[in-house]
Amino acid sequence: MRILLVDDEAEFVSTLAERLTMRGYQADYSITAGNALDLAAKHLYDVAVLDMKMPGTSGLELQAKLAEKHPAMRFIFLTGHGSEDDYSAGSRQAAHYLVKPVDINTLIAKINQTVFANDR
Amino acid sequence: MSFLKQFRPQFWKAGESSSGPFRQMFNYRSIWQKAILLVSIATLLPLLIITAVDYNYTEKSIESENILRTLRNGSNIRRTISAFLQERRSALTFIAKDNTREQLYKAVHLQGVLNNLQESFSGFVDLGVINQEGKQVSYVGPYSLEGKDYSNQEWFREMERQNFAISDVFLGYRNSPHFVIEAKQSLADGSFLVLRSAIDIVELQDLLHGLELSGRADAFLINRQGIIQTPTLYHGDVFAKLPYQVPPFSERTEIREELNQNGEKVFVCSAYIPLSPYILVIVKDKGELMKPWRDTRIGLIWFLVVSVTVILLVVFGFTTYMVNSMYLLDQRRLATLHKMEYSNKLASIGRLAAGVAHEVNNPLAIINEKAGLIKDIFTYSKPLQALGQEGQNLDATITRQLDSILNSVERCGKITKRLLNFARHMDSTIETIDLAAIVREVLSFLHKEAEYRNITVNVDIASDIPPFKSDRGKLQQIFLNIINNAFAAMDKGGRLDIHVKTLGAAGVSATITDNGCGIAEADIGKIFEPFFSTKTKQGGTGLGLSITYGLLLELGGKVNVSSKVGEGTSFIITLPLEPPATSTEK
Repeated sequence: MRILLVDDEAEFVSTLAERLTMRGYQADYSITAGNALDLAAKHLYDVAVLDMKMPGTSGLELQAKLAEKHPAMRFIFLTGHGSEDDYSAGSRQAAHYLVKPVDINTLIAKINQTVFANDR
Repeated sequence: MSFLKQFRPQFWKAGESSSGPFRQMFNYRSIWQKAILLVSIATLLPLLIITAVDYNYTEKSIESENILRTLRNGSNIRRTISAFLQERRSALTFIAKDNTREQLYKAVHLQGVLNNLQESFSGFVDLGVINQEGKQVSYVGPYSLEGKDYSNQEWFREMERQNFAISDVFLGYRNSPHFVIEAKQSLADGSFLVLRSAIDIVELQDLLHGLELSGRADAFLINRQGIIQTPTLYHGDVFAKLPYQVPPFSERTEIREELNQNGEKVFVCSAYIPLSPYILVIVKDKGELMKPWRDTRIGLIWFLVVSVTVILLVVFGFTTYMVNSMYLLDQRRLATLHKMEYSNKLASIGRLAAGVAHEVNNPLAIINEKAGLIKDIFTYSKPLQALGQEGQNLDATITRQLDSILNSVERCGKITKRLLNFARHMDSTIETIDLAAIVREVLSFLHKEAEYRNITVNVDIASDIPPFKSDRGKLQQIFLNIINNAFAAMDKGGRLDIHVKTLGAAGVSATITDNGCGIAEADIGKIFEPFFSTKTKQGGTGLGLSITYGLLLELGGKVNVSSKVGEGTSFIITLPLEPPATSTEK
C-alpha cells in the first residue's frame, strides 16, 4: 500500500513516514502542495493524508486537485485545527478527519478502513 | 407608608443598589425632582402672577367704582340739602320784602303769613319778627316766645353784618331738635328787622334717610365742631360727637378711608354745604361694599386651587412616567450592552482557546511522532538486545519512559480537543444531545477547582435519558453558570449533587443541588433579574443567572429554584425534547 503524506511540519511528516515505512507501508512525504502533486504524478498512491492548513495551498484545494487527477485516490485529513467549517468540509471530501496529535495505531486503522472501503 | 410604597416608581431605588463598574448613567431621582420643580415653576408661576394681577386689578376697580359712586351720591345729596335750605331762606327773604314792618308786627297778619308758608313749604314750625334791639316783637307758632330778647345772643349780633343765617341744630326753648333760619330786612329809616323761623330736623332727616344708598350707608349732617345734627342709623343720636375726624374745609365732595369703632374699614364721604354750618357725612361700610368682590374672589381662589392641583397632578404623573420610561430604557440598554459584552467575551475566549489548541497541537504531534519513532526503533530493531540482560532491562526502562511521554501527549491532546470543542459550540446549532457528555465536559473544566477546594461532586444520570435536540453550546453555558454559582456559594468541603432524569414526553430534568450559603427568601424572586447581585463588591455583574435564564428561554426550558439560607440551593432545569421553532431559525 502506498501512502502520500502532506504536511508543512517537516519534522512531523518525515517521522510519521519513517514509522509507517517501519510498519511495512510505502510512505512518501511532501511539505508543499506542489511537490505533493509531482509525487502523485510519478507514483500511484492508495491514500493521501493531508494537513488542512498549509502555507499557500489549503488541504482542501490540494485534495481537489489530487482527486481530479487520481479519481481512485482516498483521502484522510489530519490537522491541528478543530474548526467546525473545516470539519464539515473535510468530512464531505475525505473518508476521515483526525485531529493531531493522533496515535499511529489509530491512523493505521483509519487508513486500512479507507482502503478496505475502497476495495469493496 | 407601605401603602405609598406601591406607588413608588421603579427608578426611585436606582443608584442605591448599583455600585461598582455598572453604575447608572443618570441620577433619576434628581432628574425627577428637577423636572417636577422646573415644569411646576414654568406652569404655575405665570398662572399665579396672572391671578395675582387680576386679583389686585379687580379689587382696585371694584373699590374705585364704589368710591366714585359714593362721591356722586355725596355731591347729589349736598345739592339737594343745599337747595332745601336755599328754598326756605328765599321764602323768608320774600316775606320780609313783601310785608311792611307794621304788617309783620301784627300777630294776626303774621299768622296768615305762617299759614301760607306752611302750606307752600314743609318744615316751618313758627315765625317770629325781631326788631333791631333784639326783641322778638311778634311771634306765631306753638310756643309763646313773644317779647323774648335775643340781643345778647351771638347769632343776633352776627346779623348786623350779614343778611341771613342758619343755626346749628339745638333743643332751645322748644325742647325738640330744630334749627332756625333768620333773614334780615333793612328798612327805609336805616333800621332793620329779622324774620326768624324754626324748622324741624324731621324734614332733613326724611331727606337723608329717604336716599337709597348701598353698603350699610349712613347719611347725616354734622356741624363744624363735629356734633351730629340729624338722627343717624349707626353713629349715635343727635348732639353726639362724630366718631371720626371732622373733615377739613373743601369746596368739593371728599372721600377718605377710616376705621370705625369695631376696627372695620369704612369710607367717609364728606361735603360742606354752602351758606350753612353743616357738613354732609356719608359713612359706608367697606366690607359691605366689597361683598360682590368677595364672592368673585372666592370663585377666583377656587379656580386657582383646582388649576394648581390639576397641573401638579399632570406634571407629577407625566414626569414620573417619562423618567420611569427613561430608567427602564437605560436598564434595557445596560442589560443588552452587558449581554453583548458577555457573549463577546465568550467568543474571544473561544477564539483564544482554539488558537492556543491549534498552536499546541502541532508541536504535540511532533513529540508524539518522535517519541513514537524511538519506541518503534526499540520495538522493531531491539538495538540493546546485544547487551544481554542488562540491555533488556534498559530497553524496558526506556520503553516505559516513552509510554509515559506518549500518555502525556495523549492527555494534552484530550485537553486541546476539549478546548476546541468548547470553542466550536459558540455558534448556535441544534443537534442531538447527550446530556451526560455535556455535564461531564462542564465538570472537566471545574474538577481541578473542586479538588482544590475539597468539594465532592456526585453525578447521577439516569440511564433512560432519551436523546433530545438542543443547542450544545448554550447548554454548556447554562450548566457552567449554575455550577459555577454553586461553587461560589460553597465553602471548603461542600457537596454538589447533579441528578438528571427523564420526564417522558415532557422532556428532561436536571437538578443541581449544593449545600452552600443559600439565598435569602426576599432575594429568590430577583436572582434572574439583570444586575441583581449580592457580590457586587467582589466584581459580580449580576448577569450570570440572567443570561442563563435567557438562554434557557431560548431553548424552551424552565428553571425553578428552592433555597434555604445556610442549608443550600437547588436549581431544577427542565428541557423540552425539541427546542421551540424560533431558536432553530438561526
